[in-house]
Formats: sequence, structure tokens, C-alpha cells
Amino acid sequence: MTVTVDTALAADARRERRFFLSLSLPALFIVGLAAILPILWIIRQSFLTTGGEYTVGNYQKVLSSGLTWSALVTTLELSLGTLAICILLGTPLALALASARPRVANVLMAFVMLPLWTAILVRTYGWLVLLRRDGLINAALTGSGLTAEPLPLVYNFTGTLIGMVHYMLPLFLLPVYAAMRDIDPNLIRAGASMGATLGQVIRTVIMPLSAGGIFSGSIIVLIYTIGFFITPAVLGGGRVNPLSTRIERTLTTFQDWGSASVLGILLLVLMALIGVMLLAARRLLAQNTVDAPHA
Amino acid sequence: MLEAYPHNTLARILLWSFAALAMAFLMLPTLVVVPLSFSASNLLEFPPNAYSLRWYENFFGSATWMAALRTSLILGTLTALIAVPFALLACISMNRLGGKTATTIQSILLTPSITPGILLAIGLFFVLAAQRLVGTLFGVLVGHVVLAVPVACIVLLPALARFDWNQVQAARSLGANWARAIGGIIVPQLQLSLLSATLMAFLTSLDESVISIFISSGRNSTMPKLMFLSLRDQIDPTIAAISTLWTAIVVVVVLIVTLRQKS
Repeated sequence: MTVTVDTALAADARRERRFFLSLSLPALFIVGLAAILPILWIIRQSFLTTGGEYTVGNYQKVLSSGLTWSALVTTLELSLGTLAICILLGTPLALALASARPRVANVLMAFVMLPLWTAILVRTYGWLVLLRRDGLINAALTGSGLTAEPLPLVYNFTGTLIGMVHYMLPLFLLPVYAAMRDIDPNLIRAGASMGATLGQVIRTVIMPLSAGGIFSGSIIVLIYTIGFFITPAVLGGGRVNPLSTRIERTLTTFQDWGSASVLGILLLVLMALIGVMLLAARRLLAQNTVDAPHA
Repeated sequence: MLEAYPHNTLARILLWSFAALAMAFLMLPTLVVVPLSFSASNLLEFPPNAYSLRWYENFFGSATWMAALRTSLILGTLTALIAVPFALLACISMNRLGGKTATTIQSILLTPSITPGILLAIGLFFVLAAQRLVGTLFGVLVGHVVLAVPVACIVLLPALARFDWNQVQAARSLGANWARAIGGIIVPQLQLSLLSATLMAFLTSLDESVISIFISSGRNSTMPKLMFLSLRDQIDPTIAAISTLWTAIVVVVVLIVTLRQKS
């Protein structure tokens, strides 16, 4: 008797599991249709000629081209440059926000989040207006006599980097701010009462305890910036060509689907490499924090 | 947090002036376009010598911009209407299944949001080209739905975690089927979160640029695509008017969402 009830219950539980699993199907289907299938299609397309025959020629062409390698270098320069500036600007800003009273901090956070809610093309336009040769910043620089000539701030690497940092800074800030907010204030009080200077407390208490947040923020920056398209396309003015804009040009200007796909795969490989490195780095970081008390 | 150091005035001043600079950097590009949009001149002079509404008139009087606005609003609405129910069902499924299965589903659903937009865009372009669907609203729509689903999930998952499932159990034991339990109990109780999720999904579609640039064309061009094309050619002050309107709408939407969540 109990055995049959048990099997009936188990069958019921299985049926319910299947039902709950099926509720995910519409969402999973759309991911398959609009994300996974397209990526597989890029892989397929990279092995096809314009006529639709199988070839490895696309790979030979793209990998032997100097443009590809300079695009790769530009991509890394933009990503790592953005990351470095985000850490330099974002960490002190997060510290200031975390040390503010909660009410003040909430209001300030709303302002920090404003760009996050501004459309990407609106922000890009704002930067164009600010950075142009006769734009606001150059007018201020020449007007105050700081520079004699207007500086080339946009349609180049500098402009692209400014736009990318502006996009990523709020996203970098969020995890760092959260980590700093979570620090137990008693630790800092303890440091102070033992005679540590502010600098020492920042170095030995606040920074190690924020490392996880800075690490998460850095991952976000790298993942986003590696494929950035709009900012380099507009603020780079055609002179800054990471993989993303090279893919676009190869596809739309040269109509070379095969080469564009190979470039796309390079981007995927780059993302995978960064992913692996970050996983390894996280493991190291975790080990160090575990080891720290013994050191 | 740094109350233990009340006498480090210099450090405090340095830290806060740095923070003020960083915040100015963050807000400047959004704010600078507002006065420009009311300028009477087509030079981007700052501050404008004379004010007018000509760039707003230009925008609302242009058939091309109005068609793009219509496309973007339709796309945003359809995206929200499809993505939010999909996300709700997926979140119920993840909530009930738990464990490894839920984690797997979640990471699959999040994949599109960390995949570079340019890869999704060209991949989708190839797929749609094979079906002769490039330039159709449908093509852009699937791209936007796949990006809006994770956004909606981020809002709905924590809301479902707070939900008391005994109510559904009770309804089910009284004979309600699942459709009724979801429609009659879960949806009304998650009203606020569903509203937030809908607005966020709408905004995701409205702001999405890369897929739009590659897939939408002609009459089906979206606002971001037209803005992108006109920014590449020349700096037209009409864009300042559009930017100002856009930011105003987004700020209102975000305020509604945050204020409603607090009350």
C-alpha cells in the first residue's frame, strides 16, 4: 500500500517538475532563436564563400591582414584603458559615496545613475557637442588661455575612450559601492583607535575588503567594452577601429560576409580568453583572502 | 563610514572635490543638450544667443522622424508585451525548480545580455537574410525580446522569492488550474514588479541600437538607427531636441518605478 502511494507521489512530483520546466520553454526558445542560432550561423558563415561553397579562405584572408591585428590591438587598448580609468575614478568616488550619510548617498547615487538611464546615442551626442573643435570644452580651454589652439578631443582615440569611460563608470561603481557599504564600520573604528592613520586604514582595511567589488566591476567593464560599437563608431570618427567597427565595415561596405564572420569569431575567442583569465584570477583572489589571516 | 576620522578635513575635502568632478563628468553630456535644444541658431553655440522651439518643430514636423518614433514605440510596446510574460513564466519555473536546473536556465537566459551586441546583430542579420526577413519589424523584435527577457527577470525573480506559495497551493487544492492560479493570484500580487519589468523592457527596446542599426531599414528604421546615421553625417540640433525629450521621458519613467516601489 505505502509503496504504491510513494510511487504515485513520485510520479506526481515528476509531473510537476516537468510542468515547471515547461514554463521556461518560451524564454529559452527565444534565446535559442535570437542568440544561439545567430552565433552558430556566424561560425557557419565563416567557412563559406560568397557563392556558398565551403572554404577556409576567409580565415587565411582575415588572419593575414594587418588591419585585423591592429583592430585587435585597438580593442584591447580601449578595453584596458577604460578599465584603468574606471578604477582610478570609480574607486575614490565609491569611497566618497560610501562614507556619506545614507540619505545624501541615495540622492547622489540617483545622479550617478542618471547617465545609465540616458540613451546611449543621447550621451554620445552630448559628448560630440562637448568635445568638438568649437565645442564647449575647447571654448573653455582657449577662452581661459589654458591652450592657444583647440585640442583634438573627438573623432580620435581620446574621444572614444572618454565616451567609453562615461558609459562604464556607473556600472563599475555599483559593485564597488556595494562592497564598501558592506564594510563593518567597527573595523575602521578599531583601526582608528589603535592609531592607524586614514591612509593606513584605507590601504589595509578598506581596499582589501573592497577587492571583490572592484574585481566584479572590472569583469563588467571588460565584458562590455570588448564589443563596444556605437561609441567608437561615432566618437572615433572612422579613425578608431576596434574589431566591432571593422566587422561592421567588412559587412556593410565590403559586403564580405565570410570575413566579417571570421572577425566575429575572433571577438568570441577574445571574450572566451578573458573569461578564462578572470576565472583564474578569481581563484587566486579567493585563495589570497583565505590565506591572509595566516600571513 | 569614516566618522572615526573627523579631523582629516584636508583628506575629506580632497576626496569630495574629486567625487564632485567625477559626478560632473557623469552628468555633463546629459545636461548639455538641454539648453542647446532650445537654441534659435543651427550653430551649436553655448549658451545660445536666442531661444526658440524650432528644433522641436523640426522633429515633430519631419515625416522620417515621426515614422521612426512610431516604429520605436510599437517595437518597445511589443517587446514588453512578449518579454514580460515570457520572463514571468521563466521566473516561476526557476523559483519552483531551484538548484542546478534553475541556475542553468538563468545562465542561458543571461547569455544574450553579455554577448557583444555586434555579434548578436550580425548573426541575426545572417539568419534573417536566409529567410529574407532583414528590414522587417519581426527581425528587430526577436532581437529586442531576447535582450529584454533578462532585464525583466532581474526585476521579477526577487519579487517571486518574496511570494507566499501557500496561496497557490490553496487555490490548486480548491480546484484552480495553473492558468487561473497564475492569473488570479501571482499576477495581481506582483502588479508593481510587473509594471517595473514592463517599463524596463520597454526602455531596453527603446535604447537598443546595434541590432536596430543592422536589421531595421527604410520605413522600419528605429529612432536609435536614425540618430546614429545623422550623428555620423553631421551634428544636427534636432538631435538635441530629441535627446532632451527622450531623457525627460526616461527620468519620468524611472521616477514612477522607484517611487511606486518605495510606497
